[in-house]
Amino acid sequence: MKTTINGVEKEIDGTTSVLRLLEVEDVESPDMVAVQLNGAILDRSQYADTTLKDGDVVEFLYFMGGGA
Amino acid sequence: MSDRLVIPQDVIAGIREQAVAEAPNEACGYLRGADGVVTGRIRMTNVDASPEHFSLDPQEQFAALKDVRQRGEHLLAVYHSHPETPARMSDEDIRLANDPGTIYVIHSLADGRTRGFRVDRTKTVLDVPIEIVSGTGSSEPDDMGGSSHG
Repeated sequence: MKTTINGVEKEIDGTTSVLRLLEVEDVESPDMVAVQLNGAILDRSQYADTTLKDGDVVEFLYFMGGGA
Repeated sequence: MSDRLVIPQDVIAGIREQAVAEAPNEACGYLRGADGVVTGRIRMTNVDASPEHFSLDPQEQFAALKDVRQRGEHLLAVYHSHPETPARMSDEDIRLANDPGTIYVIHSLADGRTRGFRVDRTKTVLDVPIEIVSGTGSSEPDDMGGSSHG
């Protein structure tokens, strides 16, 4: 099925969870990543249980922070 | 992934102005551009509003990501200020540096320097040279929020 991941159209299989997608996209620490699914930010607790659907638009990026 | 950054002088000046305006808190934002050449600055909200920490707002981050994509550019670096400490990666900076693909730019109000770094997956800090060129960048920042900016 067809999805758009960070602005790029990609074919993925129909059983892919958000967590699995992050693994495929080489994200080592999914807890450190914010995910937006069709315009809404997902809670981290939903990554494993949210299965992507045809036409879904996913954006993900790393939380950014630091100190002094 | 660029191993150096070219930043227009007026963008550096803008980071400093923002750092001064938001002191004593840390100021933060993104540098946008392509192929290691910065074309503009995106001012972001430090949701920690702290002199010793900064965190970006994920909603603003997504807005910035989509904005640069529409421009055909990339988020080349995230910057923040150190109001009272030198321009180096602090232990907290290193601990929270989760993206090995990001360049971290730090501007220090203590020593006046602006330096770039990358942090790999082993938490090794690598210097990213910054070349400052006479201003051809956007002198005004893009705003992704930040109503608290002075």
